[in-house]
Amino acid sequence: MAMSPTNAGTMTAPLLSVRDLSVAFHQGGKESLAVDQVSFEIMPGEVLALVGESGSGKSVTANSILKLLPYPAASHPSGQILFEGKDLLTLPMRDLRSVRGNDITMIFQEPMTSLNPLHSIERQIGEILELHQALTGAPARARILELLNQVGIRDPEKRLKAFPHELSGGQRQRVMIAMALANRPKLLIADEPTTALDVTVQAQILELLAGLKNQHHMSMLFITHDLGIVRKFADRVCVMTKGKIVETGTVEQVFTNPQHAYTRHLLAAEPKGEPPPADDKKPVVMQGADIKVWFPIKAGLMRKVVDHVKAVDGIDITLREGQTVGVVGESGSGKTTLGLALSRLISSKGRISFIGQSIDAYSYAMMKPLRNRLQVVFQDPYGSLSPRMSVGDIIAEGLKVHETSLSYEERDRRVATALEEVGLDPATRWRYPHEFSGGQRQRIAIARAMVLKPRFVMLDEPTSALDMSVQAQVVDLLRDLQSKHDLAYLFISHDLKVVKALANEVIVMRHGKIVESGPAKSIFEAPKEDYTRALMAAAFNIEAVKTAAVSE
Amino acid sequence: MTVSTPVTDTMPPQKRPFFSPTSIRRWQNFKANRRGYWSFWIFLALFGLSLCAEFIANDKPILASYKGELLVPVLVDYPEEKFGGFLAQTDYKSSYIQDEINANGWMIWPPIRYSYQTVNSNIPHSAPTPPFWLMTKEERCSGYPQGAADPGCTLGNLNWLGTDNQARDVTARIIYGFRISVLFGLALTICSAIVGVTAGAVQGYFGGWTDLLMQRFIEIWSSMPVLYILLIIAAILPPGFFVLLGIMLLFSWVGFVGVVRAEFLRARNFEYVNAARALGVGNATIMLRHLLPNAMVATLTFLPFILSGSITTLTSLDFLGFGMPPGSPSLGELIAQGKNNLQAPWLGLTAFFTMSIMLSLLIFTGEAVRDAFDPRKTFR
Repeated sequence: MAMSPTNAGTMTAPLLSVRDLSVAFHQGGKESLAVDQVSFEIMPGEVLALVGESGSGKSVTANSILKLLPYPAASHPSGQILFEGKDLLTLPMRDLRSVRGNDITMIFQEPMTSLNPLHSIERQIGEILELHQALTGAPARARILELLNQVGIRDPEKRLKAFPHELSGGQRQRVMIAMALANRPKLLIADEPTTALDVTVQAQILELLAGLKNQHHMSMLFITHDLGIVRKFADRVCVMTKGKIVETGTVEQVFTNPQHAYTRHLLAAEPKGEPPPADDKKPVVMQGADIKVWFPIKAGLMRKVVDHVKAVDGIDITLREGQTVGVVGESGSGKTTLGLALSRLISSKGRISFIGQSIDAYSYAMMKPLRNRLQVVFQDPYGSLSPRMSVGDIIAEGLKVHETSLSYEERDRRVATALEEVGLDPATRWRYPHEFSGGQRQRIAIARAMVLKPRFVMLDEPTSALDMSVQAQVVDLLRDLQSKHDLAYLFISHDLKVVKALANEVIVMRHGKIVESGPAKSIFEAPKEDYTRALMAAAFNIEAVKTAAVSE
Repeated sequence: MTVSTPVTDTMPPQKRPFFSPTSIRRWQNFKANRRGYWSFWIFLALFGLSLCAEFIANDKPILASYKGELLVPVLVDYPEEKFGGFLAQTDYKSSYIQDEINANGWMIWPPIRYSYQTVNSNIPHSAPTPPFWLMTKEERCSGYPQGAADPGCTLGNLNWLGTDNQARDVTARIIYGFRISVLFGLALTICSAIVGVTAGAVQGYFGGWTDLLMQRFIEIWSSMPVLYILLIIAAILPPGFFVLLGIMLLFSWVGFVGVVRAEFLRARNFEYVNAARALGVGNATIMLRHLLPNAMVATLTFLPFILSGSITTLTSLDFLGFGMPPGSPSLGELIAQGKNNLQAPWLGLTAFFTMSIMLSLLIFTGEAVRDAFDPRKTFR
């Protein structure tokens, strides 16, 4: 730390100063240190970014500022959190409550769950105004409208009575920000506020936050794992790993001249490499023509079908051996539905042929013999592995169905080989999923698909739940496996950086339809459509493009 | 993370721990609830003892030696002619047989020399008689031919908790009654768990019309006045352990359906279930291997409470006289006797304490089980 809080006479005093903060958790008689002697300061009007991978203790640090941890399971063995001279850790509950939501406010990662689903927007924002400013009735409503205008919600008068489920993810996060700004806080803590949002919406929200910060002269503590956002947005950075801050400095210092090995590792952790060259002569593995997935909307007493939600609306797609088709688009654009339809996990209309067989009318039982050549890797490595089965059993499950003649030893050998292929020690097959990190779990999920020697693999956002540096490793692994086994990938992702590193053909989807499709090179270098351009700007430069093409 | 030793065939299959870490944590949580933990062991001990009821309270000796021959009357029925009598079954309580055996050998009695239906023919006055420790020595032995000096007036022959209105020993009856209650409760709980979990699993997993139709059926089924139907059926069919079990099973399985169905509905869209479907795993296997373990937590948490509920239902039927056949040891019948013989408070009090201790032990155990399966429960 360059500045000490004692020479406040010459420099402006820090707004928040965290000194030697430690956080320990007790469970089952054991004590684990989640945050270890962390110190940092935030000046008035400054944006400090706290960067680190999941489990590094950054959220725990942020939550302890307002004492939001599960006490008494959590405790602070050491440290002080000075906010305007008061130590928040020792402040009585009553005084702390007047700080929470008033001087310091927080916005959280998950806009789906951080708003109460039973209260209208007006009531949620009104509650804070009433609590800290005793503002009710007409003046409160005027202030709420002002706030909603500030955060860029269109037609706020009509939105006052809306409930959270009637708003999109981006709009919900805007409402959260409006609540956070309601009492003109001095410090805003933003805990991964854009991680759950689409890239285009992320860019808009970041732009909004930057604007509001200047307008209100707020300080901000910004927690993220995305270095792109930090570079764009923050004044100073603290890099955190394993509960410790290993490097602090201005954005420019840290990005141009990183001191600590971990920072350099983080900076180098972008998905790299080139996809395999496109080759039209390779045999077709999977072909879909005019694929439609319509969900009926039923209404009235007799549940008559009045309309359809057209999740996928007439898509043509061809996948060749050893090639990857990337499907990109915002959430709700129908990309996962398309993948599920192609792998026949949901019913659809339109012709689907897989290795020469027309499978679109096959029943679940008729699909069974084909399932070993048609595999799926899911997004969430924490949810896709049964917690009660050992890794070996998880990988062997498909073999037990499809290759019943294998003896126990042969099966075990196949499992071991598959684990080795994805870069895990075969001895790990006796352990359980909870003993592995997210990246290792995704490797296990990939091994489960690969052990059956598939021809086609649908990868449904396989990297988006992983940390940046792990993403790069998984991308490399997928590319190696593809070239080794001549696999056809359907790669579904909203992360254009990953798609760029893997796909040689790209389909841009929106509202169930293709916006633009073609070779990856031409789409990334010269996008034709406005929507594609907006996606690119948001993904690569974190810029919000003002076009009608982008959703809110 | 890039590892590795080459895959060799000789790699020793590492032994998996017998108990998974989750099970160990649950056991720790169970133990941390001291009251429930001790209740569990006390209940197990009582149940274990009551399973050996024949060796604790019986009107036959456990072991006897007669003319050099070793006899096991508790297990084998010897005709009375073996000892010079004429009955088809030996009445070891009669003084003639006792004298005959003692003269030609020896015998070891259980601590309580009455079975649940043995009538004490030496009661001091008309039944019900109070526990022996409420009477003087002369009074309590006055039913025996030689009074206080009679060799038959020993601790094992006295009624520790008195007798009921048919001069049967209350202690023996509650030991056997406890056993039959718990066995009935266990059988009913296990059967209804099997039926209920299966039904809930099918409903939750398949959803749609299957779920809708079965759910409507359950709504109609569970709105039937169970007690009246029980009374009607009990009046037609001869009462007995298995008839009662069957009738009560008809209605008790419904209790499990709700939790299991909810758990299956929730878990059928988990990604690992989808992943299993994508692998081509069959429905039955998915339900058994991937979904049932989720539902088992809810089911196991329920079990002790269902068990105590079943016991209460049996007791209340017995109390009303529609339960086990007459003469069976039953706590409900003892309560009814206590109600009819207010001048003999030991009947009602014994029944009350037996029931309340048994049910409390079960509820305390149930609380500990609930703690054990609660993932958010933390102990410091």
